Amino acid sequence: MADQATIDTVQSQAGERYKYGFVTDIESVKAPKGLNADIVRYISAKKNEPAWMLEWRLQSFERWLAMREPDWAKLNYPRIDYQDAYYYSEPKAKPKLESLDEVDPKLLETYKKLGIPLTEQKLLAGVAVDAVFDSVSVATTFKGKLAEAGVIFCPISEALQKHPDLVRKYLGTVVPNTDNFFATLNSAVFSDGSFVYVPPGVRCPMELSTYFRINEAQTGQFERTLIIADKGSYVSYLEGCTAPMRDENQLHAAVVELVALEDAEIKYSTVQNWYPGDENGKGGIFNFVTKRGDCRGARSRISWTQVETGSAITWKYPSCILRGDHSVGEFYSIAIANNFQQADTGTKMVHLGRNTSSRIISKGISAGRAQNTYRGLVSAHARAENARNYTQCDSLLIGNRCGAHTVPYVEARNPTVQFEHEATTSKISDDQLFYCLSRGIPAEEAVTLIVNGFCREVLQHLPMEFAVEAQKLIGVSLEGSVG
Amino acid sequence: MMLDIRDLHANAGNKAILKGLTLSIAPGQVHAIMGPNGSGKSTLSHVLAGKPGYEVTGGTVTWQGRDLLSMPAEERAAAGIFLAMQYPVEIPGVTTINFLRAAVNAQARLRGEKEPDAVTFLRRVKEEREKLNMSDEMVKRPVNVGFSGGEKKRNEVLQMAILKPALAILDETDSGLDIDALKVVAGGINALRAPDRSFLMITHYQRLLDYIAPDFVHVLAAGRIVTSGGPELARRLEAEGYDGIVKVA
Repeated sequence: MADQATIDTVQSQAGERYKYGFVTDIESVKAPKGLNADIVRYISAKKNEPAWMLEWRLQSFERWLAMREPDWAKLNYPRIDYQDAYYYSEPKAKPKLESLDEVDPKLLETYKKLGIPLTEQKLLAGVAVDAVFDSVSVATTFKGKLAEAGVIFCPISEALQKHPDLVRKYLGTVVPNTDNFFATLNSAVFSDGSFVYVPPGVRCPMELSTYFRINEAQTGQFERTLIIADKGSYVSYLEGCTAPMRDENQLHAAVVELVALEDAEIKYSTVQNWYPGDENGKGGIFNFVTKRGDCRGARSRISWTQVETGSAITWKYPSCILRGDHSVGEFYSIAIANNFQQADTGTKMVHLGRNTSSRIISKGISAGRAQNTYRGLVSAHARAENARNYTQCDSLLIGNRCGAHTVPYVEARNPTVQFEHEATTSKISDDQLFYCLSRGIPAEEAVTLIVNGFCREVLQHLPMEFAVEAQKLIGVSLEGSVG
Repeated sequence: MMLDIRDLHANAGNKAILKGLTLSIAPGQVHAIMGPNGSGKSTLSHVLAGKPGYEVTGGTVTWQGRDLLSMPAEERAAAGIFLAMQYPVEIPGVTTINFLRAAVNAQARLRGEKEPDAVTFLRRVKEEREKLNMSDEMVKRPVNVGFSGGEKKRNEVLQMAILKPALAILDETDSGLDIDALKVVAGGINALRAPDRSFLMITHYQRLLDYIAPDFVHVLAAGRIVTSGGPELARRLEAEGYDGIVKVA
């Protein structure tokens, strides 16, 4: 009751329509609807893949047929008919592109609307972009500079052609093709994604960023990303996403595998802004993602930072396997769920090596009728002497009809382990809101200000250009339903 | 007149609190409203600032020729009304400096003015906080989080100094302050007195008026102003108590 005024303020404000709700009219090449071994063969053939890759895909598909969709997450969604979707589509474009002039102008227009600066500006900003449009990568820049440093950064389909041994050595070693329902599905039908290899001792000369985008209606998007940081190397990878407005639910099941060898460090940042559905809960992306990093070498370090504001359903637990002694895993997360969005997200920190440490900072924001769950596992195996974890899990509620849930699992099989867990739940109060109003700050801006303050510790871990974008995104995501 | 309150009636919940309050404030004047607990002092300040939860059931409030009661709270702020709160609110994670900048920019936008540039803004904050003996570290801390009572009130005065309102409503600004803190806060407020700035001080005690001299003193009882006078009225109140004055009135 105390918050009724807040809720009313909020509800009275018109919701901002999803900014990126447009569809580019480009003819696409599609595989027939549905999923069977022939579709898997079709995808593999389209990519001109080596035989072992097809074998792996088919094996994954067989395995998948015997698996059941997991139902342990706090998510409610209609049954997905996996036969009622397309598993491969690509925009019709010229097969080989030497420069931007050769790219379909409509595609470039789409990028422009998205604000993807695939231009000289990027060079000045020192960011290389590997733009994935639907399932096919159509433009890659700054390869020269990266090649000079010996860094391989290309679509995984290209890596399969040019560096098959590297791909074969690492693919599926972090997320095996038997891992879980969605990862196994991805292993069978993945279309494309990014591949990064940083050689020993190399500090990647620029932030790597890929913009994924779903464009084709009813096309499942199955990205596969593999990043390997060899001994003593460093790489920072940024990933940002938007999708057009559609009524049908779009399935997305990505897999990201990170491998950090001795003394290597990988920083992986995500801003996820896929179509969340409308204010009545219609439409929106179903996002089932398996992201896992393997701190394989001693003193290696993997850091996940995510800002999750989109998708109708989010099922995502970027995790770290702390295998190497003295390795470090980090997870910094902001998850915003508004209207009818449901997010079940968190992390797993699996301590295998000695003196490993991990840190989890999770900020969940729920508004409207959304449900937001943090689900996290921290475990130490018998050998993991002196493992350390610090977990801080904060939830912020806006209004009376949303929910925040925290489900931490903690397992320690070694007596020297020290795990700390802190959790808070708070609400934007009417008094806070009025305090802002009385200083001239309108309600929506006040909410953004307060939420950005709440998320500050996580925003600090984003690369600079992403931090600004993320702050704006937080404002946009909360418009219309928050108070 | 800058502010003209005529026969104002207001409810909180279903309870009538203000029952026909009339008051006019001209530019540059300092008015004090004194009254016993439950007389409607805080309700008056909240209704003027536009706090949700109150229902105006009668009367008018005109502010610089505009119908104040039809304006949303943030527009009242942009139109120059500032409420220094009795209990300043904590906002975790938002630094005072960011909060102030958001407020200054939002008000400028609402008034159709250009937002001040960062350098000018920061210089002004530095000047004003130094006058109030506030450290740089203090404005970089989250708004009011972990502040003492005195620090919170100083933070209110700092905001007032930066936002430069035409009417500052001080709601029980002296409450919870020891004598040293009160002197600092009162000094800050006195420094802001100007021919084009009016003050409405709401207080239970005479004590604040020893440091900030009012031009007019009004006694509020049962939702109405029962008597008005000069500074001498406050002293009489202190000597005789509310009971005597209210009964006589």
